[in-house]
Amino acid sequence: MESAVAYIGAKPRPSTWTGPIIDCDVHACVPSINALLKYQPPLWVETTRERAWKGPSTASIYPPNAETSVRSEWRPESGVAASDVSMLQKHILDVTRSEYAILNCYYAVESLRHPDWAAVLASSVNDWLIENWLEKDSRLRASIVIPGRDPLAAAREIDRVGSHPGFVQVLLPVRSERPYGHRYFWPMFEAMVRHDLVAGIHWGGQTDGAPSPTGWASWHAEEMAAETQVFASQMTSLILEGVFQKFPQLRVSMLEGGFTWLPTWGWNLNKKWKGLRREVPWVNRLPTEIIRDHIRFSAVPIDMGPPAHMRKIIEWLESDDMLMFATDYPHLHDDDMDDLLAVMPESMRTNVMSETARRWYRL
Amino acid sequence: MSSTAPNNDAKRYVVARKDEIAEGGRIIVKVEDREVGIYRLNGKFHAILNRCPHLNGPLCLGGVVSEVYSPMPGDIRGNPSKLFVTCPWHNWEFDVDTGQSYWSARGPRARLYPVEIEHGDEVTAELERGAVDRVPGPYKAEVVPVSLEADYVVLTMRAIPRS
Repeated sequence: MESAVAYIGAKPRPSTWTGPIIDCDVHACVPSINALLKYQPPLWVETTRERAWKGPSTASIYPPNAETSVRSEWRPESGVAASDVSMLQKHILDVTRSEYAILNCYYAVESLRHPDWAAVLASSVNDWLIENWLEKDSRLRASIVIPGRDPLAAAREIDRVGSHPGFVQVLLPVRSERPYGHRYFWPMFEAMVRHDLVAGIHWGGQTDGAPSPTGWASWHAEEMAAETQVFASQMTSLILEGVFQKFPQLRVSMLEGGFTWLPTWGWNLNKKWKGLRREVPWVNRLPTEIIRDHIRFSAVPIDMGPPAHMRKIIEWLESDDMLMFATDYPHLHDDDMDDLLAVMPESMRTNVMSETARRWYRL
Repeated sequence: MSSTAPNNDAKRYVVARKDEIAEGGRIIVKVEDREVGIYRLNGKFHAILNRCPHLNGPLCLGGVVSEVYSPMPGDIRGNPSKLFVTCPWHNWEFDVDTGQSYWSARGPRARLYPVEIEHGDEVTAELERGAVDRVPGPYKAEVVPVSLEADYVVLTMRAIPRS
């Protein structure tokens, strides 16, 4: 019999893992703006046509023909990869036999500066996700897409669709106009808590400002490697601004941002807090304790090093309830999940493959 | 005062005249090869070993700060009656009354010593009995001179075995 989990990377090969799987990051891609127009009021359909606007472009984040953007086996003969639920079923759900998969649709809504149009655009993506994905496969859950430049409009959108049982998360592109911990964003987090939704900070984001904290990269490779810094900056901001004191029920997922940097970043943050905590007195315990209570990380992509070193990093996490498996379909990553499982204690593997996500997303 | 009765292995030292330490001030004295900061804060005297329990930094060369806490971001509160010394190396705060570090009840504690104010006639009697020792002041070579009229700061310290 074919193992249910023959592919816990994407290439078929035997896996050590035979238990349940929850995939915390798969992508749905909008095939074209035309797919969204039926969910928009006529005024905005007309505006789109008047301007012959083709919709936001995600090409600078995921260059369409780059191997990293779409694994070659998953590239359709025509059209956009991961743009239909049948592709996801064929390539991932029916292969990994995941109990659940969480859809993240990054559509660069924040690249549209028009505040009213951006809100309409985000709503139409969510309605498209409900009708074409969530209602088509009961294994799917999804993240709500928001107009990221306008936290009040984002909160309204969360309130509009937040009670739909298919939505378990709100997608926050990691690059934002300003750090997510700022009080400016709090109405948005308040809405997430109101609907018991996770804040999913995910690769991407096209607001103003350079993709790295130190300026514009010259190369795509540089941009990809440097994005870890942005994840770390967002995490630091959320902790030090006191978001988790203000919203003690808030859960945050860091998706597609790696995790190997977490232990050393945590040590640094703890050290700074011990000496400088008077400036941020609401942070009343060690940042690493706050992380363990409020933040989880997708395990893939893995910044995989030699096994002996990876074993130490897993140990340094000081928690077996921190990482969540993901395929990140349709992006290309190394099929090294088995290698990561091999350096973990047995007790951690079940958590990583399914149970941490099950608890985190209340599945 | 019952706390003035020394333990078997503790010794008491006259370390300063009371008026040598102004309110809010601090001197450092050397007693049996140990440096001790003597503080006068909110009218109360405190004696703290000049060695941070974290990495042995000169704790008493740092500042004295009041408690800052917050129940919620945007609501910052101060408590001027609760004071901390801060180490100049890493700015850790240590409670002057308990020695506990602010960030952890389980973390290392600053070493505190009992310190009392005694009147000169009492000190003189104790000196004659050999119940207290005098130690040199911080900026002068001679021992603390005791006069019958003044008040003195008397530190109790566990005696260091002499080699």
